[in-house]
Amino acid sequence: MGLTCSSCKRKSIVDLYHVEKTSNNQVVVALAGNPNTGKSTIFNELTGLKQHTGNWPGKTVTNAKGIYKRKDKKFILVDLPGTYSLLANSVEEEVARDFICFAKPDATIVVVDATCLERNLNLALQVMEITNNVVLCVNLLDEAEKKHIQIDLKKLSSELGIPVVGTIARNRKGLETLMDTVYNVCTKKIIPRPTPIPYPKTIETELQKILSMIEPLVPNDFNPRWVALRLLDGDTDILDKIKHFTDCKGACKHA
Amino acid sequence: MHEENKITSYDLFRDDIVNAIYQRAKEISDAVVSAPKQKNFDWDNKLDDILTSKWTGFPIMLLLLCFIFWLTIVGANIPSAMLSKVLFWIEDRLTEIFMFFNAPAWLHGILILGMYRTGAWVISVMLPPMAIFFPCFTLLEDFGYLPRVAFNLDRLFKKAGAHGKQALTMAMGFGCNAAGVVACRIIDSPRERLIATITNNFVPCNGRFPTLIALSMILIGISVHSPFAAFLSSGIVILLVLSGIAVTFIVSFILSKTLLKGTPSTFNLELPPYRKPQIGTVIVRSIFDRTLFVLGRAVSVALPAGAITWIVANIMVGDTSILNHISGFLEPFGRAIGLDGVIILAFILGLPANEIVLPIIFMSYLSKGSMIELETVEEMRNVFIANGWTWLTCLNVMLFSLFHFPCGTTLWTIRKETQSLKWTIASFIIPTLVAIVICFSTTKITHWLHLI
Repeated sequence: MGLTCSSCKRKSIVDLYHVEKTSNNQVVVALAGNPNTGKSTIFNELTGLKQHTGNWPGKTVTNAKGIYKRKDKKFILVDLPGTYSLLANSVEEEVARDFICFAKPDATIVVVDATCLERNLNLALQVMEITNNVVLCVNLLDEAEKKHIQIDLKKLSSELGIPVVGTIARNRKGLETLMDTVYNVCTKKIIPRPTPIPYPKTIETELQKILSMIEPLVPNDFNPRWVALRLLDGDTDILDKIKHFTDCKGACKHA
Repeated sequence: MHEENKITSYDLFRDDIVNAIYQRAKEISDAVVSAPKQKNFDWDNKLDDILTSKWTGFPIMLLLLCFIFWLTIVGANIPSAMLSKVLFWIEDRLTEIFMFFNAPAWLHGILILGMYRTGAWVISVMLPPMAIFFPCFTLLEDFGYLPRVAFNLDRLFKKAGAHGKQALTMAMGFGCNAAGVVACRIIDSPRERLIATITNNFVPCNGRFPTLIALSMILIGISVHSPFAAFLSSGIVILLVLSGIAVTFIVSFILSKTLLKGTPSTFNLELPPYRKPQIGTVIVRSIFDRTLFVLGRAVSVALPAGAITWIVANIMVGDTSILNHISGFLEPFGRAIGLDGVIILAFILGLPANEIVLPIIFMSYLSKGSMIELETVEEMRNVFIANGWTWLTCLNVMLFSLFHFPCGTTLWTIRKETQSLKWTIASFIIPTLVAIVICFSTTKITHWLHLI
């Protein structure tokens, strides 16, 4: 069979989101978040790039890439389009989800708006189902303070099971801590352990059934629980993409 | 793959999964967030009620636009005159240097009368309005007003068979049509994206704004120092912008009924919270990133165009210059739509960048003999009148400038975005036809009514 890893679909999916790493000192960090949470501001402040930020949804359509250095490592920061979820209802959501899923960033920063944490957490929770290496950045703390909203960041961190950093991006407040935290996650000094979302009993029992069947089949790069959930909600598109990946694995084993 | 067969029967789970995520988000949020119990006055909602209301939304939008144009016209006037004084003083000194070295007349002609003069023109006419308009516009953008505009216009776009987000791409077009075309990516449906792309050109970009503003002042004709005249000129610019938006709707409607048939898709537009714009950063960024960038592009196009204009105006073939040959050839067509040959030629030469159209028209007239030092718009007015301009000519130049083919950069961007030569050509032809039809009609109507 002429089928090799390089000729199969998984490769092309990776190519689509391929981020060139030239040495081991480079790490890839994805920047996700709802629209209008200041993602692009954080991106600009960290990378020194002057991508124009606009206060309207849809400003960042493509993945913007930028670089910053921290200690011995070079960070390739990828600014994903702003989305409310990763359920792939729109092009933006699909781009963001596929990047986190297939490009395998070393860490993903999820930027949330401190003034409406509840709505923003939906995205964070969905990202945490795909990858463990998530850092939550609670931005716009100044706006929250103006509205007398207080957030217990420590408690938030322990509830979610991932590191949480509070920032006011436009004044650069908290960005040093954010960079340190991301560094520590990338170098495995901090290992986030996201608390799984508790699902209703009916779903959990189905999940366990599916999990026992697919666990040996799911490649290491994917969180089996997440794959099982996608089987449950019938997201055929992502299943196709993963299937190509598994086919590829199989082909490689036989090769 | 037995899992795949089962997928449909598991469809119901999707809602439960999403609900569980929402539930969890609420739980966590309740546990960590402490917000004041009694809600303080909700400015955002109150402001939204006013800015997006059926009754006050549109008038406020118009007033804001009017205010920005008025500010641009009034504010740009004095620095414009000062800049041109300085730049033409430098021109005189440069001419003296050329004379001192006994430089040949053609060299002085190409470099100074052609390139330098056009460049100085573009800078003195364009820089001040851009330096005022861009920061104002960016402030509105940062404040969060643009999505409200989209919200207000959404219903109209739906009626025209287009996508509501087209209001946003249209708003970006005010900055630069090429940027507006790129912004069309936010529209998911290919049909609606094409409509937005093709019609983006009907809002004047910053390259055409100074042209429109200068022409509106010429049209008013009274001393621009009086605040009333500035108010009138901004009124004219507003009317032009509104007619541009009206044509956007009409062309979108026609396209969605003919070439690009279909029903408008629905979408959710989030109204982002209002944010206090970072005034300092916005001003610095919009001056450096946009104003100087656009100006640089304009100047780099203006220099060769100025040289070419001078050359064709001064090389004689037979008993008259090449310029006169070409403009003479274009004259009948120009006359038919209330313009003249020189103006048509200037629009063709201005394809790389719209901002050089007016300087080229001006240079061409000057090279015909009427040598007048140009320092103010009023003097420019005299040159135009000497070359047979009427208020109708002025109006038609504005209309043609507003509706004609997009600039080279925008066309190139459309080619890249649509990946289709066919639609790029359509984006060239449709606006041009619109411009010709409109100018032809205004001319005919004016003559029928014996207004001239």
